[in-house]
Formats: sequence, C-alpha cells, structure tokens
Amino acid sequence: MESLLAPLGGVLLVAGATFLLLGGLGLVRMPDIFNRIQAGAKATTLGTLLSLAGIACLQPAWAAKLLLIGLFILFTNPLSSHVLARAAHRGGAEKSPLTAVDRLAEDQRGDQA
Amino acid sequence: MNSMSPLILGLSVLLCVTLIGAALVAIRATRLPIAILAAGLVSLIASILFLVLAAPDVAMTEAAIGSGLTTFLFFFVLARVRGAEKDGDELAGDELAGVKHDGVGK
Amino acid sequence: MVDLLIYLAAALTGLALLLALYRFVKGPSTADRVIAFDVLTIIGITAIALLALLEGRGIYLDVALVYALLSFLGVIVIARYLERGL
Repeated sequence: MESLLAPLGGVLLVAGATFLLLGGLGLVRMPDIFNRIQAGAKATTLGTLLSLAGIACLQPAWAAKLLLIGLFILFTNPLSSHVLARAAHRGGAEKSPLTAVDRLAEDQRGDQA
Repeated sequence: MNSMSPLILGLSVLLCVTLIGAALVAIRATRLPIAILAAGLVSLIASILFLVLAAPDVAMTEAAIGSGLTTFLFFFVLARVRGAEKDGDELAGDELAGVKHDGVGK
Repeated sequence: MVDLLIYLAAALTGLALLLALYRFVKGPSTADRVIAFDVLTIIGITAIALLALLEGRGIYLDVALVYALLSFLGVIVIARYLERGL
C-alpha cells in the first residue's frame, strides 16, 4: 500500500503541473478575453486540484488541510471567472472575429425589444 | 551558509524574475488599476519568497495585508475618487475595451 | 523515482508561471491582466504546496489557505470596479 501511494502521488503531481502549463499556454495563445478566461479558469482549477491530490498522497497527514484548500478553490474559482467574464461582456470587450454566436447579447436585445 | 537544493534555487530564480517583471509593470503602467494589480502581484511573489526563506509568519502577514487589504483598499478608494470627479479627465474610461492604447507605457 | 517526478512537476509549474507573466505584461486590456493575476495566484498556491512538500513543513499550507480565500475576494472586487458598481 505504502509503496503504491508514493508513485501515484508523483504521477498526480506531474499531471496537475501539466494542466497548469496548458492553462498558461492557453492564456498566451487564445485570441480574445473570453477564450483566455475559459482556458485560464478551467485548466488551472483541474491542475491545482490534481496537484493537491498528489501532495495528499505523498503526505497523508496533511490530507485534511489540503482538502480544505481544494474545496475553496473548487467553489470560488468558477465563480470569480464567471464574474470577470460578465464584467468583460458588460464593458464591451472585443470579441474574436471567429466568434459565431453570442447568446447573452441576443438575450439582452430581446429584453429591450 | 547552508546550501540550498538546486530545485529550490531554480524556483527562487524564477520567482525573482517574475517579481522584477511585475515591479516593472507597476512602475511603467499608465493606467492606475493595472499598477495596483501589479503591486498586488509583487506582494504575492514576495510572500512566496518569504516562504523560501523559511518565514511562514511573515509570509502570512504579507499575504493578508500586502496582497489582500492594500489591493482592496486601493480599488475602493479609486472607485470613490472616480465617483467624486465625474467630469474628471485624468481617469480615462474604457478600461475594459482599452485595446487601442496599451496600458504599459513605451 | 518519485523525486524525479516532483522535480518535473516543479519545472512545469515554473514554466506556467512564466507564461502567465507574459500575458500579464503584454496586456492588452485590464481584464486580460485580471485573469492573468488570477492564474498567477492559483499557480502560487500550487508552488506554496510544492514548497511545503519539499521542505516537509505543513505550516506552509496555511499561507496557501489564505491565498485560496484572497484570490476570490480580489477578483470579485476588481470585477465590480470594472463594472462601475463598487
């Protein structure tokens, strides 16, 4: 059991760090602010949770505190990215020319009409 | 002087590069919200560096006051000032869609 | 072998830090910098947890807990400011 837990923790750590790297790469490569929020929020949330799980496997005594940190991130990160995306949309941020549909703008136009 | 492990040394060098980059943005930004954000980023990296130097209490104080309270306080005051000077010309609007003028000065 | 995996994870995390810093410096709008700030805080939480693992000191995790709370509050305050609702 002990011999299995440590390699599992290492693999989880590397997987989490890979997702963090992919999030950073998406932040650099994506064309507009909404795509960047998408890449930055989701990939890094998964990456941090996997990293914390890996550390919990390597140091089982810290599992409770790591679970608390993970729960905070799981609850607050999607919320904050949503608030930021709403602020950007209301502020009229530029969309990529590849954007096909914008349901929120359609809804707002429908309310006014 | 005790020797650092090469991993922690490399991580510290990366953190120092990030710290200097954020400080340069804080100095050269022409719009106030960006400068405040960059100052918060400097606090974040500084508190991680305090942890590298094995001072968790200092790092926690820096996290709560430097990165948290100061940033919030600056934004509250900035909103107050902007409300008081409705006709003011110094705080240019259009911060979100400010693609035309880059915030970092040339 | 586990040590090697931890080294690899730390290197990948550092690379992610540099990529997010590039977006923070480059801009172009304030919202871009806010999302880069958020990502940098999350990467910082992971770096603090990795540092706690490397040094073997569980007390470092308290700082990560403080940042997990602060990043949320910070982004909410900044987004409200940008919406002109503060």
